[in-house]
Amino acid sequence: MTDFPWLSVLIALPALGALAVGLLPRENETLAKQAALGISLVEAVLAIVMTTAFKVGGDRFQFTEKYWWIKQFGVHWAVGVDGVALVLVLLSVVLVPLVVIASWDEAGRSGGTDTPPKRSAKVYFALLLALEAMMVGVFAATDVFLFYVFFEAMLIPVYFIIGYYGGPQRSYAAVKFLLYSLFGGLLMLVSVVWLYPLSQEKLGHGTFMFEELNTMHVDGTTAKWLFLGFFVAFAIKAPMVPVHTWLPDAAAQSPAGALVLVVGVLDKVGTYGMLRFCLELFPGAAKWATPVVLALAVISIVYGAVLAIGQVDLKRLVAYTSVSHFGFIVLGVFAMTSQGQSGATLYMVNHGFSTGALFLLVGFMIARRNSARIDAFGGVQKVAPVLAGTFLVAGLSGLSLPGLSTFVSELMVLVGTFSRHRVPAVLAASGIVLAAIYILWTYQRTMGGPAREEVKGMPDLSLREKVAVAPIIAIIVAMGFFPQPVLKAINPSVEKGLARVDVRDPAPKITGNVAENGARP
Amino acid sequence: MVAAGLAAAPSGGEKFPAPHIEYGMLAPMLIVFGVAVAGVLVEAFVSRRSRYYVQVPLTAVGLVAAFAWTIGLAARDKPFHAAAMGAIGVDGPTLFVQGTVLVLALVSLLLIAERQQTSFAAQASALPGSEAEQETTAAGTTQTEVFPLMLFAVGGMLMFPASNDLLTMFAALEIMSLPLYLLCGLARRRRLLSQEAAVKYFLLGAFSSAFFLYGTALLYGYAGSVRLSDIADQLSKDAGSETLMLAGVGLLSVGLLFKIGAVPFHMWKPDVYQGAPTPITGLMASCTLVAAFGALMRVYYVGFETLKWDWRPFMWGVAILTMVAGAVIAITQTDLKRLLAYSSVAHAGFLLTGMVAVTRDGLAGALFYLVAYGFTTVGAFAVITMVRDAGGEAAHLSRWAGLGRRSPLVAGIFAFFLLAFAGIPLTSGFTGKFAVFKAAVEGHATPLVVVGVLSSAVAAFFYVRVIVVMFFSEPEADGPTVVAGPATAAAVALGVTATVVLGVLPQPMLDLAGHAATQMFVR
Repeated sequence: MTDFPWLSVLIALPALGALAVGLLPRENETLAKQAALGISLVEAVLAIVMTTAFKVGGDRFQFTEKYWWIKQFGVHWAVGVDGVALVLVLLSVVLVPLVVIASWDEAGRSGGTDTPPKRSAKVYFALLLALEAMMVGVFAATDVFLFYVFFEAMLIPVYFIIGYYGGPQRSYAAVKFLLYSLFGGLLMLVSVVWLYPLSQEKLGHGTFMFEELNTMHVDGTTAKWLFLGFFVAFAIKAPMVPVHTWLPDAAAQSPAGALVLVVGVLDKVGTYGMLRFCLELFPGAAKWATPVVLALAVISIVYGAVLAIGQVDLKRLVAYTSVSHFGFIVLGVFAMTSQGQSGATLYMVNHGFSTGALFLLVGFMIARRNSARIDAFGGVQKVAPVLAGTFLVAGLSGLSLPGLSTFVSELMVLVGTFSRHRVPAVLAASGIVLAAIYILWTYQRTMGGPAREEVKGMPDLSLREKVAVAPIIAIIVAMGFFPQPVLKAINPSVEKGLARVDVRDPAPKITGNVAENGARP
Repeated sequence: MVAAGLAAAPSGGEKFPAPHIEYGMLAPMLIVFGVAVAGVLVEAFVSRRSRYYVQVPLTAVGLVAAFAWTIGLAARDKPFHAAAMGAIGVDGPTLFVQGTVLVLALVSLLLIAERQQTSFAAQASALPGSEAEQETTAAGTTQTEVFPLMLFAVGGMLMFPASNDLLTMFAALEIMSLPLYLLCGLARRRRLLSQEAAVKYFLLGAFSSAFFLYGTALLYGYAGSVRLSDIADQLSKDAGSETLMLAGVGLLSVGLLFKIGAVPFHMWKPDVYQGAPTPITGLMASCTLVAAFGALMRVYYVGFETLKWDWRPFMWGVAILTMVAGAVIAITQTDLKRLLAYSSVAHAGFLLTGMVAVTRDGLAGALFYLVAYGFTTVGAFAVITMVRDAGGEAAHLSRWAGLGRRSPLVAGIFAFFLLAFAGIPLTSGFTGKFAVFKAAVEGHATPLVVVGVLSSAVAAFFYVRVIVVMFFSEPEADGPTVVAGPATAAAVALGVTATVVLGVLPQPMLDLAGHAATQMFVR
């Protein structure tokens, strides 16, 4: 069973599916939707079956495949997942079918007020599937070149989704998104190109295989430049202050369904890349940069949260909360403790689900009122209790209520950071307080109070919408109580990564404390 | 070949010896020139109605035969010969460049031969707006002189990168350029613009040829020979007048850089690309660039190799200027052909980045880049010929608004070409860029690569802007229509196929370029 090319299939299936859906006749939109749903469901099932074959405590990278792709450049089609990559792949493939369900009617209808003529829904679903293939590919790639290819190619479907299906300012938002990402990606390209002669020099043969590259010891100025090339690209992607400004614009204009994938999964590539590539390939440079990165992370946490409080547009609000949350993830990654990094990885998954749920719900709300402004709502709870209730659960997960998933990861990040860097951890903790403000205040203004006149006729969640959100809410609650299975998969990978970076956890006592919260198996 | 004979002729009053010519090795050029001459005869002797049906197959057969012979030469042994008494080099890179030129010329031929929407004036000699023009247009005559003219130009392009001495190279330069000047002026619509482009190209081209010739003369004064290998020997001996040498190299470089359109010698490109009939623009943007780059590399790799420490900083500067200026000026363009012209300037800069490495990898990377870029660019110009309104091609950017809604396939293909130009992975543009950047980093030119990626980011902006116009804007009521003649569609299909294959499975072509570059240029 392990010989089965799991990951290649997981990449090829949605890619071919995208082609197939794209070639379907234009008139029959239902068929396109059904095909997209079917393909993404099969993909999810396949990924879950694969997960059951994953051996915790086995080799670091499993389900590996390696074939020559471009010999001239030393590039392989090399895929494989460790625990960290595995949970992110799972996050992607679970979210896609839900997004397909959630976008069932929304696709082809442009958001915002100036509703342009109907757009082809089949292209939207084809783009979603193409994006899924690239998301799986980017997490599964164990060849840096291959990673880069997916990293860049991923932008194109998103660009078209935002630009073609987005709100009134869509083309501005799409171009801003693409240019920010391309700029970062091109800087990373310099570093990627540079790795080749470097590996020739250090290893005797040019290669882009991650597991060979992380054995060479690059240090000095070269390492710092290379690190920066990667880091800037990932910081833009993540997004961190001060290169975050594309996200609120993209979020405000993007259709809500796609937004779940952009913020929920795509941006994780940034933090995942930091954990995987920045730290392991250039440990020395990573340590050198740590103070600045931690400072930026703390700024992101506080600044993102403060801006979130001030937003009047629901999608922008959720986007800013994500900036804040990504600050936590980066903090955990660069804390360089096993709790911090395990927590950060877990945070990536949890954030994917809780923000995904928020965006889906916000999308449903916008579809009902045709406006994303907070003051367009009020008293929704009275007329649409299920909508309000799920919104509250997703929101509470966002503010780290104990018992919901994000709590575990946020605590692990803070504790993991505190054991090495006290000041940033303390400052970051203020993010939790701010989170309470932006979530609860938003809830109060949109859901609480007397129902407004315009809101009165608002229908509650339909069956389709419930089907899209329910699994996420279930996962949020489940992961709040039993994060163990996920952590079990993540921990060994994180520890192996940390061993590369050559750091040890500082105070063993703190590890003991965390165990009570279920961080340690 | 006359020039080759002259260059090889010994001085003094000796009897003029018959030059020894290896006809087999020169066959690709001879075939193309021969067919071109035959084409002229066809013009004279075949009736007007059937000329087109004779010219097109004749031209195609000529190009295919030349290509087949080139393949044969490359496959037979490791080609590394100097033919025609040393005037012509037959070696890996040259054959690669020649093969590329021939294939791209075939693709361009598809555009030129398109009859459904011909791009050429019915009669070149008729003045714009004159009665004669109206008559010929009404009679529905088709221009067929373009085919022999194109073949002469292609012949020159084959000879240009193969020339091993500067005088032969000059002859090739002229053989290549003169028909192109003419072809530029043959546009059916907007003839004044076209003729203006032709005159501009001719004047500037003649000027740059003069530079080239002057440089050749000075180098002759320095080395006592126009043969590249003799110049290289003289350079390695470090003898002779340095002033003559530097001035000669400088002037020669101006002539060569003009042809590839490097900044600051790029001024002709936008005007000529815009004014020329689009199929000819496609031919120039692909084949001429490939041939000129081949010649540039030969001169610098063979003739001035020992001098590389001196010319490298200069080339760095030119490469940086070319990339940055090309990308930045392109942002302000509103005409698609001008935009692609500036994009071609920027791409010349990327190519120079690979060239300054002066390594096998740099050469191989540049060769691959040329193939990749050539196909994409022919495809892109082919798409431009397809989008038309009442006044001919609708090349103004604003006219393309909402094309994605009107004809998603054509707009999608053009968007794909633009993404390839921008160097997005899984397109040939990315592979090419990676190849030259890798060579540059290995050649310790990392700062150049950084400038390269930054200007790629700038360039991405205007490629993306076109996509925005096509897909994210609302279509106009009286927007252009898409007319796809079968030949043009075939050219587009070839362009797309090459762009995908070289992006996804570039290995065979990279191997081929690598093999071609193993022994570098023959001296």
